[in-house]
Amino acid sequence: MGEKTLTRMDLSEAVFREVGLSRNESAELVESVLAHMSDALVEGEQVKISSFGTFSVREKAARVGRNPKTGEEVPIQPRRVLTFRPSHLMKDRVAAGNKG
Amino acid sequence: MIRSELIQKIADENPHLYQRDVERIVNTIFDEITDAMSRGDRVELRGFGAFSVKHRDARVGRNPRTGESVQVEEKHVPFFKTGKLLRDRLNGK
Repeated sequence: MGEKTLTRMDLSEAVFREVGLSRNESAELVESVLAHMSDALVEGEQVKISSFGTFSVREKAARVGRNPKTGEEVPIQPRRVLTFRPSHLMKDRVAAGNKG
Repeated sequence: MIRSELIQKIADENPHLYQRDVERIVNTIFDEITDAMSRGDRVELRGFGAFSVKHRDARVGRNPRTGESVQVEEKHVPFFKTGKLLRDRLNGK
């Protein structure tokens, strides 16, 4: 498992096969889906794709971190992080597909 | 934003496409990612993030209500790591 890495190209190829569009337009559509999702998240919106999963933005408070190499304390600024929570369907499919 | 709103945004930008084709396009993208992970493959979308599969070892878990020990089988779970560009954008960089 984990042999292959897919990229945007594979997604646009799938769109190209599924709908009768040019490869170029398929690639642009993949790009605009990712752009719309990113824009919503940057606005602090949750992106909820039914039967796929939910992307949400969480606020992290400032804390004191430590450089693990030097042991030196470094302040970590408050920041926003993105989390992805897979749907039950995705979890089940990934678990079933990778079994054994 | 939910799936249907995302489809609507793409449809608004592409008035030459049928709504049902836009639905198929958006669904194909998400299905392709799930299919890849169920084969154990990674999906790397530069600037956005990467989907991969992580292995979880078998362990002895506990029913939080009864305190009873239960054997949890080893399993594979989906994982997402945010891309650098999106992480920076989230923090106004």
